[in-house]
Amino acid sequence: MPEKTVPMKNMTGASILWECLEREGVKVVFGYPGGAILPAYDALKGSKIHHILVRHEQGATHMADGFARASGQVGVAVATSGPGATNMVTGIATAMLDSSPIVCITGQVGSKLIGSDAFQETDITGVTLPITKHNYLVTHASEVARTVREAFYVARSGRPGPVLIDITKDAQQTTCEFDWEAAKPQLPGYRPDLSPESKEYEQALELIHNSKRPVILAGHGIIISGAMAEVREFAEKAGIPVALTLLGLGAFPASHPLNLGMMGMHGEAWVNHTIQEADLLLAFGMRFDDRVTGNLKTYAANAKKIHIEIDPAEINKNVKVDVPLVGDLREVLHELLPKVETIDRSEWLDSIDKLKGDAAVRDIQNLPDSGHLYAAHVINDLWRETRDGETVVVTDVGQHQMWEAQYYKHEKARSLITSGGLGTMGFALPAAIGAKVARPEADVWVVVGDGGFQMTLCELATIVQEKLKVNIAIINNGFLGMVRQWQEFFYERNYAATPLLNPDFAKLGEAYGIRSMTVTGRSQVVPAVQAARQHDGPVLINFRVEQEDTVYPMVAAGASLHEMIRRPSKIVETAEDE
Amino acid sequence: MLNTYVVYVENKPGVLTRVASLFRRRAFNIDSLTVGRTEKPEVSRMTITAEADHDQARRIEANLYKLVNVLLVENITNQPAIVRDLAMIKVAATHEARSHVLELASVFRARVVDVAPDSLTIEITGAEDKIDGLLEVLRPYGVLEMVRTGIVAMRRGKGSVPVSASDNSDRDGAEEDVSHSV
Repeated sequence: MPEKTVPMKNMTGASILWECLEREGVKVVFGYPGGAILPAYDALKGSKIHHILVRHEQGATHMADGFARASGQVGVAVATSGPGATNMVTGIATAMLDSSPIVCITGQVGSKLIGSDAFQETDITGVTLPITKHNYLVTHASEVARTVREAFYVARSGRPGPVLIDITKDAQQTTCEFDWEAAKPQLPGYRPDLSPESKEYEQALELIHNSKRPVILAGHGIIISGAMAEVREFAEKAGIPVALTLLGLGAFPASHPLNLGMMGMHGEAWVNHTIQEADLLLAFGMRFDDRVTGNLKTYAANAKKIHIEIDPAEINKNVKVDVPLVGDLREVLHELLPKVETIDRSEWLDSIDKLKGDAAVRDIQNLPDSGHLYAAHVINDLWRETRDGETVVVTDVGQHQMWEAQYYKHEKARSLITSGGLGTMGFALPAAIGAKVARPEADVWVVVGDGGFQMTLCELATIVQEKLKVNIAIINNGFLGMVRQWQEFFYERNYAATPLLNPDFAKLGEAYGIRSMTVTGRSQVVPAVQAARQHDGPVLINFRVEQEDTVYPMVAAGASLHEMIRRPSKIVETAEDE
Repeated sequence: MLNTYVVYVENKPGVLTRVASLFRRRAFNIDSLTVGRTEKPEVSRMTITAEADHDQARRIEANLYKLVNVLLVENITNQPAIVRDLAMIKVAATHEARSHVLELASVFRARVVDVAPDSLTIEITGAEDKIDGLLEVLRPYGVLEMVRTGIVAMRRGKGSVPVSASDNSDRDGAEEDVSHSV
């Protein structure tokens, strides 16, 4: 606990805000000033907190999100009322869908003006009601301390999520007595700490011990719960292979013999086949999103399901489960571990190996250099060059994101940061800034498409102003690639509104004072990555890759998980011929 | 199947919006919602009826619990409970029909609360089907206007629900030890 202050100290609401943030452990906030939040900015000078000026409020929320995902701590974003607050909406929804703990603080017009359509007035608590875990409208200085304490507690506990605090200008300006101790959270209805009943543990163990073909489905909850060691111990002890969701990548080491790889729409074919053939699914902190299940009617039809999940509302939401264990994953696994028996499952594991079949032949990265630069080459080389260090890759959304997930082998939790649930283009660059601020010692790489990069590229200025060493790899194919891929498969190659006429990204980077280069051939990738790592400041690399490459395998939306569109071997052969 | 929930919430601004918004956002089909004060000033009580199958009914409960301001949720659908709806029905009642309408009202133990030269306003409290029954027999006379409150419900027996919005005021929120099972 922080040291006791002199009780009953008179302070403005604005000063109380910063004081409480400090006491919650906040050292950095990402923000953008404006009229209704000016009293808070004025009081910032008395605070130890470092404020990072962003270029757009959406960037502030993604930075707070990236900070939270890289560190496990609550990230904080600040904006003014009206447009400042509404610009945060995308970032808040992104954090909500991926259970990321952020606290957003917005200024609001004076309490007497609320409801009058005053200048820059927006009902932001109303707007963000469905996309926050909880939110607050604070109209008195005396409510600031308790609200901040509750907001941080709600954001980080249970299933984490975004919390917004809207503070009226007069609540920031007026003074009241500040007493941290007295401002304890009062949340009588909030129950983040559920745990399963002993009967449910017994049922789960029985299913595990009776299963012949079990698979662990490893999700984001492992990382949030900090249960990486427990999951590994469990998998090894019980001899159960592990398939990962996109947000679960890194929760279980990619190089581990029991690691199958990513499941779902762009998962490896053998992973999806394994799930379809399993007789038991152990879902660890994942929510059976439609991108990992495919058609629910045919999903793992012969498998019993055990769902370990902290949020009771996720139980039986998409997939009907046989045994739900509602609680913190790490604690639940601590209960299960001593009771799990070691069973020889070599037959099952051997049969999975056979499922891999010709996957390696179809793998684009195994092809000789044909003069074409594929994104897979870039990601694979980036992985090889950066695998030994502490590297955090932050991706945007689209084809490059899936190639990253397939070709970058993540060994550690929090080494991949990506927008999964909401699929927010423009996420990568600002989220990487947050990640770098949270972990300055890490080698932070942005892997971003040419489309998404242009949604939030204004934050290049933030990188430069804050002197942050962030490396940016633009996977530039001149298309909104994933949308183009859907048009190729499902809309008869009608490439409506997907070709992009781009600026020269290297020149653009130079204009911001960022060392920039363009790479067009496979042999240039490794030297470029090495040069970027050796350079002191931020580096931008514009990788001009194959324009109409496609992410394989693909489970079409609504198709069964085992019905995958595979990379045609014809393409493989053609590429070999060239 | 129609499920009836009794939901205790903190008596704070905006809580009704949070509950209503939840039903809309999750596409749960709300049938009726009533809200009012309780014996504790800091607690409001809602009675919500919603169409849902078994799994969906549990998810409604779990999602209600996710709202920070929700204190307790009880699905009383299959429990002995007193369920009451209140209606005011304005019926056209000309000279010759008046005595018939009054007779019907008394059969249903409804009260006449307003008398005008060519209409009667009847107040009736009871289970929904009782009100539906009265309405049906009054309809031939001409129902000019009707309003119903939606149901309120309470479990039978002496057992009360221990709910308080301030029962942890002397504890740190981080040490909350309340647990429930859904």
